[in-house]
Amino acid sequence: MSEPVVDVHSPAAEQAAEIATARKDILRIATAGSVDDGKSTLIGRLLYDSKAVFEDQYEAIERASKGDFVDLALLTDGLRAEREQGITIDVAYRYFSTPRRTFILADTPGHVQYTRNMVTGASTADLAIVLVDARKGMLEQSRRHAFLASLLRVPHLVVAVNKMDLVDWSQETFEAIADEFSAFAARLDVPDLTVVPISALHGDNVVTRSDRAPWYQGPSLLHHLEHVHVASDRNLVDARFPVQYVVRPQSDAHHDYRGYAGTVASGVLRVGDEVQVLPSGLTTSIAAIDGPRGPVQEVFPPMAVTLRLADDLDVSRGDLVCRPANAPQATQDLDALVCWMAEEPLRPRQRLAVKHTTRSVRAVVKELVYRLDVNTLHRDQEATELGLNDIGRVRLRTTQPLFVDDYNRNRVTGRFILVDEATNATVGAGMLPPHRG
Amino acid sequence: MTTPDYRLTQLETLEAESIHVIREVAAELERPVLLFSGGKDSIVMLELARKAFAPARIPFPVMHVDTGLNFPDVLEFRDKRVAELGVQLVVASVPDAIARGVVKEEPNGSRNRIQTPVLLDAVEEHGFTALFGGARRDEDKARAKERVFSFRDEFGQWDPKNQRPELWDLYNGRIHLGESIRVFPLSNWTELDVWQYIAREGIAIPPLYLAQEREVVERQGMLYAVNEFVRPREGERVFRESVRYRTVGDANLTAAVRSRATTVEEVIAEVAVTRMTERGATRGDDKVSDAAMEDRKKEGYF
Repeated sequence: MSEPVVDVHSPAAEQAAEIATARKDILRIATAGSVDDGKSTLIGRLLYDSKAVFEDQYEAIERASKGDFVDLALLTDGLRAEREQGITIDVAYRYFSTPRRTFILADTPGHVQYTRNMVTGASTADLAIVLVDARKGMLEQSRRHAFLASLLRVPHLVVAVNKMDLVDWSQETFEAIADEFSAFAARLDVPDLTVVPISALHGDNVVTRSDRAPWYQGPSLLHHLEHVHVASDRNLVDARFPVQYVVRPQSDAHHDYRGYAGTVASGVLRVGDEVQVLPSGLTTSIAAIDGPRGPVQEVFPPMAVTLRLADDLDVSRGDLVCRPANAPQATQDLDALVCWMAEEPLRPRQRLAVKHTTRSVRAVVKELVYRLDVNTLHRDQEATELGLNDIGRVRLRTTQPLFVDDYNRNRVTGRFILVDEATNATVGAGMLPPHRG
Repeated sequence: MTTPDYRLTQLETLEAESIHVIREVAAELERPVLLFSGGKDSIVMLELARKAFAPARIPFPVMHVDTGLNFPDVLEFRDKRVAELGVQLVVASVPDAIARGVVKEEPNGSRNRIQTPVLLDAVEEHGFTALFGGARRDEDKARAKERVFSFRDEFGQWDPKNQRPELWDLYNGRIHLGESIRVFPLSNWTELDVWQYIAREGIAIPPLYLAQEREVVERQGMLYAVNEFVRPREGERVFRESVRYRTVGDANLTAAVRSRATTVEEVIAEVAVTRMTERGATRGDDKVSDAAMEDRKKEGYF
């Protein structure tokens, strides 16, 4: 399987290197759906058309394809069990780039029993693609995917209405689906919704605009992914710096060095800024900031840096640095939307471990306020437990205060995970909605 | 470096994510160790670990699973780098394990499988609870499925059908005695990202990664440089060719690729236009089956 030697000074190689090394940002995408929706074919198409599929991979799927054409869906499902059963069980990550952007794509399962894996993939996404089969319209599964994306506050949602070739590129069909979805999305508080008619199998409107739907004036899917504006999705207002690790060299060269390492959760921090440290509430100022390449003057999310403070305070992991006039809420009472991920149900009085930013505490479930029906959005206040993949409003009381913001305003300080202290399994994901009681 | 609109480039974002992961492990797990082979991915991972704790030393040792089939250049590089950083090096030796009868040499000469029990023994002996590996998700479709914090049971096994959910960057490092976590800080890096980072940061790499005229033989369409582990077999023609290594594994089974790339910048140009995966182009041992990597990982391989 040797290939011809690359002339590294050829125009093609130099151009490829220039594109590859161009200054780009990352867009994290989550797709959800099942094989039947054409999800794997769509991903295969994006990877193939953006040249992220290598020849040896292509040859392998060419050999494995059973029909007349190469089955791009075979590029994605990576586990033996997935290939055998023809379903996606767990999230797989794929990488591709264009001259404008680089993309991390979390290919997540659509089946309800693997919801926790879908949530894993969607939790870090900037944009979620929900696939809808044009012949079937919006199904329960598409509603659930859109709901989960909105629950996790994925800032951008794209509905790809696939298999348009099988409905003769009917404008009415497309618009009916788009309208139904928009009405549902309005109830979910989705900040940015885009609907695109595509045929993943034939590549229409995936990478380039197709002339089969002259009535569609919008961009191709890839064009949208390349241009969607994500810079303002971050919170650059509220300075939040959870202390992750205390750096103390204790060496002759750095005898008095004491730095607080962590990742900027939100806001901008500058040398000289007056800051407050929680839980002590003591104030000081930032004496210096050390970045990966030495001292820097200002930092912003998601930079991983080390702060040095002007005064010698007692600061440790789990503390939070913010500004005196803009502090998060310190609370032992969490009123959260919880996505439950364990077979053993969540019940009142249960004890759990909570991890919130870099702070780990214990908690007891005080109350299950309601369980949410994801399809109807009905709130069942009679519910006594949350089962696997259920979502509900839960009140927790923690052993120590946490420093929290609304998840809508701050995705980092408004979220937490729940861990079973006996099995050590991650059993829940929590988000703090606004207007908490 | 940074723009007024407070955006990070792809490399800066990946760097921040990796440093966050490394610090999280050091803060939460009792005895981490970083797997360092002298290959480019583990070199970058070690550099990120250095940055994570600077100006303090890296607060955990590094470990090399020594198959006894190393390129001499790479071993020399390993020792030099470890000395520069002042970190402790733990060597888990496959030849020692063979001599002690713990593992048996496989008929095809590959020590890929038998290094797994050697690794697991060393983990048990030293009580390591977290093992940093330089694996990337773009390398293989089984790796594409793995979490950043990948839970392993007391036998070091991976259960791909029952992985812990992994939400946001809230990693769960809780384990019982005997269990461990494999941690992959470079999960989201691609081969090209690694090379760009090496170029950007001016990170030293073993000379094997750059093209040079070497004596080679051709086996099953792949070029193997003649060295103490690769001797020309009967009927094989030895010829000189400008080649470099895209991956550095065992010297007896890692093939080289024809290349004119003599600088890191030229390597980037080559990787940017190449149409073969790293492993497909250079690893005799990954071709066994479509699920070779998945099967090895279930047994405790990295």
